[in-house]
Amino acid sequence: MTGADSHIVIIGAGQAGLQAAETLRSEAFEGRITLLGAEPYAPYQRPPLSKSWLTDNLDADQLALRDYSVLERKQIDLWTRASVSAIDVRSQSVLLHDGRALTYTGLVLATGATPRQLPQARDAGDLVCTLRSRADSDAIAQGLRSCVRRELPLVVVGGGFIGLEVAASARKLGIAVTILEAAPRLLERVLSQDLSDWYARLHADRGTTLIFGARIAEIRKTSNHVAEVEFVDGHCIVAGLVVVGIGVTANDQLARDAGIACEAGIIVDACGRTSVPNIVAAGDCTVRRLSDGTMLRLESVQNAVEQGRSAAHALLGVDKPSLGAPWFWSDQYDMKLQIAGLSRGADTHVLRGDMESHSFSIYHFRETRLVAVDSINAARDHMIARDLIGRQISPTAQQACDTAFNLAKLRTAQA
Amino acid sequence: MVQIVIVQPSGASFELEVPEGWSLMQAAVKNGIDGIVAECGGSCVCATCHVYVQPERLAELPPPGDDELELLDEVKAERRPSSRLSCQIKSAAELDGLIVTIPERQT
Repeated sequence: MTGADSHIVIIGAGQAGLQAAETLRSEAFEGRITLLGAEPYAPYQRPPLSKSWLTDNLDADQLALRDYSVLERKQIDLWTRASVSAIDVRSQSVLLHDGRALTYTGLVLATGATPRQLPQARDAGDLVCTLRSRADSDAIAQGLRSCVRRELPLVVVGGGFIGLEVAASARKLGIAVTILEAAPRLLERVLSQDLSDWYARLHADRGTTLIFGARIAEIRKTSNHVAEVEFVDGHCIVAGLVVVGIGVTANDQLARDAGIACEAGIIVDACGRTSVPNIVAAGDCTVRRLSDGTMLRLESVQNAVEQGRSAAHALLGVDKPSLGAPWFWSDQYDMKLQIAGLSRGADTHVLRGDMESHSFSIYHFRETRLVAVDSINAARDHMIARDLIGRQISPTAQQACDTAFNLAKLRTAQA
Repeated sequence: MVQIVIVQPSGASFELEVPEGWSLMQAAVKNGIDGIVAECGGSCVCATCHVYVQPERLAELPPPGDDELELLDEVKAERRPSSRLSCQIKSAAELDGLIVTIPERQT
């Protein structure tokens, strides 16, 4: 499995796929590594696509995760424009769309996720965009330029992280923005009511119109550059561009077709193993089965990196589960949100700091256990929280909200 | 093009070319330099691109902002007066020839 005649094929050249490849090399794997990417470029960073890539005229080089020369040096054979049509687990081979086939001794699935489309926008053509790839972001950037030129607003469907980040970027460019959210508040699945409200105020203060409980009947293209959003009550608004950010679905079709167990994602254990020997998976395409049997789906850079690393180790026969607290961040305007842990099921929420000061954290407890911390412009709170949650050390709710109490002390006390 | 000398904990060193407008972290990551993890890609949220700047030239860098200072308190290797996050060091002509050392660990 690890000798020079072995061949590990990685499907997907995003953050998780690249991490798996580099981990194999840093763990002295001597066989061939083939990294298959469907896009025309080398692995690149996705986080800037909703932010600086839209506003700052970055160089494509600055988006790239590695220089081609680095991949060459590490003997990672990158195939671009290589999309896979099937996996045959019996013959251990992968079939590409162009007819080429590759046999593998180990396979990493890092196929990512696909943005959900809005069924009501079926006929709106290029004036409706979702955001996942560099090409998507380029199309949005073009649409935003058209909004500036024609003084048309941007309409964002979905008040999640992608939508809010794009909204903030558009405001930076001086574009009028309306956010349409079907739920009664922003980021309902991830944030507590307090923080949702705080984000709504932030965006409203920067001039964005927010509409909650929005029910869209149809989005259509009325001319080459203008779309119209019609609500179920019959009223309409115009837009120069509509960006839809209503979540993603895991790309698990290839795995399902190959008989690998999936459930809204490729099911993996803590080490990235799938239901089929010699096949591991990492990143947005996965769903993790936890020890208590519940399923956990994470969509984050950190998860992609850590699962990529675990998956590579698993192929080399080494158990290397990721044990740290999940974490995530979102930049909107000059506000940096960092989330440590998972707040689902939390029953107590306490505030540390002052929400008006734009630097504070919210601590989430389940019974007496600290399960998550959301920090705004409070990097140190976040770093301490990751450590505490990862090591299952809990302050009391009283300590968490007392800014005079040094939470970092708890680490050494129980180290 | 600004050249910055990167020294690994092992003592091995090499010259890294950092294009104008780039951060040291960006150039290091793109060139696959071991020891610069940069999980957050330069958002100043993860403290995994920690470096030690040669002390005598530390004053030539713009001072760290509040968020960088907070994160520097949380780096995994030893925190020194010369500690900086390389994502916050922007290439500038006057930094040519600067020597930075990578700490023993980032995570």
